[in-house]
Amino acid sequence: MITTNTASRLLTAAALIVGIALPMVLSDFHVFQATQMMVYAIAILGLNLLTGYNGQISLGHGAFYAIGAYAAAILMARFELSYFVALPLAAIICFIVGFLFGLPALKLEGHYLALATFALALAVPQLLKYPAFEHWTGGVQGIFVNKPEAPFGIPLSTDHWLYYFTLAVTLLVFVLASNLLHGRVGRAITAIRDQPVAAEAMGINIALYKATTFGVSALYTGLAGGLSAIVIQFIAPDSFTMFLSIFLLVGLVIGGVGSIPGAFLGAAFIVITPNIASDISKAATGAVYGLLLITFVYLVPNGAWGALTVGWKRLAGMTRRS
Amino acid sequence: MNGIAQQPAAVIPVGVAEGTPLLDVRNVVVRFGGIVALQDISFTIPRGLIVGLIGPNGAGKTTLFNCLSRLYQPTSGEIFFDGHSLLSVPRHKIAALGLGRTFQNVALFDNMTVEDNVLVGGHIQGTSGFLANAFKPPYVRREEAALRARAGELIDFMNLGAYRRHRAGGLPFPIRKRVELARALMTRPRLLLLDEPAAGLNHEEVENLKGQIHSLRDHYDVTVLLVEHHMNLVMSISHKIVAIDFGRKIADGTPDEVRREPKVIQAYLGLEA
Ligand SMILES: Nc1ncnc2c1ncn2[C@@H]1O[C@H](COP(=O)(O)OP(=O)(O)O)[C@@H](O)[C@H]1O
Ligand SMILES: [Mg+2]
Repeated sequence: MITTNTASRLLTAAALIVGIALPMVLSDFHVFQATQMMVYAIAILGLNLLTGYNGQISLGHGAFYAIGAYAAAILMARFELSYFVALPLAAIICFIVGFLFGLPALKLEGHYLALATFALALAVPQLLKYPAFEHWTGGVQGIFVNKPEAPFGIPLSTDHWLYYFTLAVTLLVFVLASNLLHGRVGRAITAIRDQPVAAEAMGINIALYKATTFGVSALYTGLAGGLSAIVIQFIAPDSFTMFLSIFLLVGLVIGGVGSIPGAFLGAAFIVITPNIASDISKAATGAVYGLLLITFVYLVPNGAWGALTVGWKRLAGMTRRS
Repeated sequence: MNGIAQQPAAVIPVGVAEGTPLLDVRNVVVRFGGIVALQDISFTIPRGLIVGLIGPNGAGKTTLFNCLSRLYQPTSGEIFFDGHSLLSVPRHKIAALGLGRTFQNVALFDNMTVEDNVLVGGHIQGTSGFLANAFKPPYVRREEAALRARAGELIDFMNLGAYRRHRAGGLPFPIRKRVELARALMTRPRLLLLDEPAAGLNHEEVENLKGQIHSLRDHYDVTVLLVEHHMNLVMSISHKIVAIDFGRKIADGTPDEVRREPKVIQAYLGLEA
């Protein structure tokens, strides 16, 4: 019998093999798109930890993505740190910012928390343009980052190297998140979402867990932002408007709230759909995108990952019966 | 009202009721605006006993439970658990002191499996934090294995083996109540607070529950405070009964004494009329 555990291990292994082989068959542009997809998947996973698993709604995760991107870019461009150092530092900075934002946010429930995080999404791009910080942020001009070459003379083009680097980071942080969510801490995080009064009666320190989860969530999304700065080698305030926050939420819902692999499907949606929309109609891209979104939500109300698992179970049930 | 009918009273085991009481409630008053939900309530729970808390709907039983789990702060009065004042302890530290509870309306983590629900009850038995859980060093694996083993025992004890991997939210009410009891036991309580555990159960299920409450007291060494409307259940398994009506204590004693108390009879007959 195949248990859920072995099934998910097999699936991870298969996905990894495909992931390793992919650059050999894809064009450079598609390799770049695949890299971006993984970056967004990490960002969506971060949002999922907070919103999907812990029940705290964020309409402002683009802000943490931006902070991670700027932290990484400033550390690389102004302090001349290697991206191997800058990336984890950026992630830690985002954890601290997220934790500190999460503490006062404890007082806010549901819609009010959504508004507070939305305010963050609106404020951060403005702050990044603010003249007083221009020395660090580069103002509206943004920051250029040196092209990260493959280390140790690995014979890979930069695009391919960045793809594999991102793949390795993605694998690592997804495994860590999966461990976290399937243990004592993950159960506490989810218990708080489902039934806070009972969770507290079981001895869970809600304030500590919520604030820390906010920090971890910001760490993930900020790490994704940092990766994006390395991958694109240029950042500017206009890449981080409130639309980014909304797209992350779209990716979360499309992929599946409360599912780990769903983050990849959600990321695929937010990377690919704009292209499809503009292929269909250059004049009405937004309208086509909206239509695709509505169609998707109607067809798979529980997210793409939920639909896939249901489909798989039905298929397995059919083969067993025949 | 068949509840007041004669029932064989439980015999207080020799020696268990000695020493300081496990719970000591003193002059507790709870007001919600104009409503006085509890008016100067005092009673004690000796160690090792099953104590019943009875009273008509709205008498204040759940309010008292909520004071014990620190959901409500009494307007005045004191509560001592094992000699320590409870009223300065934060809510999330109540379980570690040894107070476990179930909820009248069943408060499960609906989107989690039965097993995970019970495992959350083991939260205070673990110590591992975020980083340790992400990296899973050997001590975290051992901690998790120990929790799972104990959760498995309790799931079997409550006859829930068939539902282990089911989502708690989709289960029938009587089964959900059993899950909640298993979860409460998982906290290793010294005092177990059960808020109407028999409500919504059929005759056979109530008989099973009786057996389970008896054997959990013997197996897991817990003292039990039981809120119950089901007179048959409460009269037959309690060593001691506290009766309240409109927030006031109207009787306190053995089931026989309480059954004969005119105020109790009146409170219940008054309800029926
Ligand atoms: N949070 C609350 N706010 C206002 N009134 C409450 C609250 N909780 C309980 N009460 C009131 O206190 C009284 C006792 O309620 P409760 O303790 O639930 O009774 P019981 O559990 O004995 O049926 C009732 O009059 C109820 O309306
Ligand atoms: Mg009640």
